Amino acid sequence: MIPGSTPIASAGAMNMIAALLEQRAGQQIAANRTWRIETALKPILRARGLASLDELVAQLIAARTGELADLVVDALLNQETSFFRDAAVLDMIVDAAAEMQAEIGTRRLRIWSAGCSTGQEPLSLAMLFSERGLPDPEIVATDVSPAALARARSGRFSQFEIQRGLPVRRMMTWFDTVGADWAAKPELVRKLQFRQHNLTLDPAPAGMFDIILCRNVMLYFSLAVRRKVFDSLASAMRPGGLLALGAGETVIGQTDHFAPCERYRGFYRPVDAPGTLRAAG
Amino acid sequence: MKTCLVVDDSKVIRKVARHILETLDFEVREAGDGREALDSCLQTPPDVILLDWNMPVMSGMDFLRALKDSGLPQRPKVVFCTTENGMAYIRAAIEAGADEYVMKPFDRETLESKLQIVGVA
Repeated sequence: MIPGSTPIASAGAMNMIAALLEQRAGQQIAANRTWRIETALKPILRARGLASLDELVAQLIAARTGELADLVVDALLNQETSFFRDAAVLDMIVDAAAEMQAEIGTRRLRIWSAGCSTGQEPLSLAMLFSERGLPDPEIVATDVSPAALARARSGRFSQFEIQRGLPVRRMMTWFDTVGADWAAKPELVRKLQFRQHNLTLDPAPAGMFDIILCRNVMLYFSLAVRRKVFDSLASAMRPGGLLALGAGETVIGQTDHFAPCERYRGFYRPVDAPGTLRAAG
Repeated sequence: MKTCLVVDDSKVIRKVARHILETLDFEVREAGDGREALDSCLQTPPDVILLDWNMPVMSGMDFLRALKDSGLPQRPKVVFCTTENGMAYIRAAIEAGADEYVMKPFDRETLESKLQIVGVA
């Protein structure tokens, strides 16, 4: 194979890899985006000296352990994120959290950042709470990708990543240089609990959450998988809690467990009786 | 349409920045050093300045000080764009009045993000 050229792949190999991703992570790859498979898996092909995706699929079939499948799925997951992505949404979440905190008194607010990728979303939230002088909430940040979570836990970001969405004054306050990278200060990373979690297969993290962020995740799921994930999110949501989705995502026509929130536009409230789903589930 | 003044002694950097900025719908002006940039600002202030640090004739920092002293009624936003990537440089630039800081090399996403942060994109 010429370095950098497109690996040869049969339709069968593409279908099998797409099916593996859907089975393991619930994510679908649209027919017009199958080029992503080739691009994302090139490093694995190179590392293993394979000439084509067909050869990779042959190895996947022959493999005795799921290690190679894990690698392939991890490489295919979209880990696109940035600091303060849709900053107005995060500001509104902190406004809502301040109101909730006033209502709940001394109980610590619980926030779930579902599909946190390499950690920029929960780190942004932790910075905002601290800067606004609010009590630190318990922030549980989960992702299906072990590689993304390892990076999130390290709090280290490249020069390109650190400059996406993060104002320079915040960078100066919350990050230090480590070689060519930037590392979040330990006191910031300590505010977060990172856990590996598969939204489509695993039960929601223990306990109930006041706010759940699941932004730009649902768009990769089929309608059936989305319904299941909304069930799971609803089961973990306190009555009166808030759900934040990505800009192009909605609950309308997807689930009966959430409805648009009148107080905070663009957010959703749970409509089930408290704990119904968790008790049933 | 917003205007961006790209101040850099490297023609290549100015060309790359111009290309990105034009795709972001900016009208782009160029200056090869701080002195040229100051003249350009005094004639017609841009909305934002993308400013290199080390340049002949007048450095980015000297330009920034001169801009502050120039008495322009509405100071343009200033985004440093430099290979001086250490924390001490960044702190010095912000303390001198820069609004944002881009560490070279940069890409479209970085530039767009920083221009959004200063409120011009």
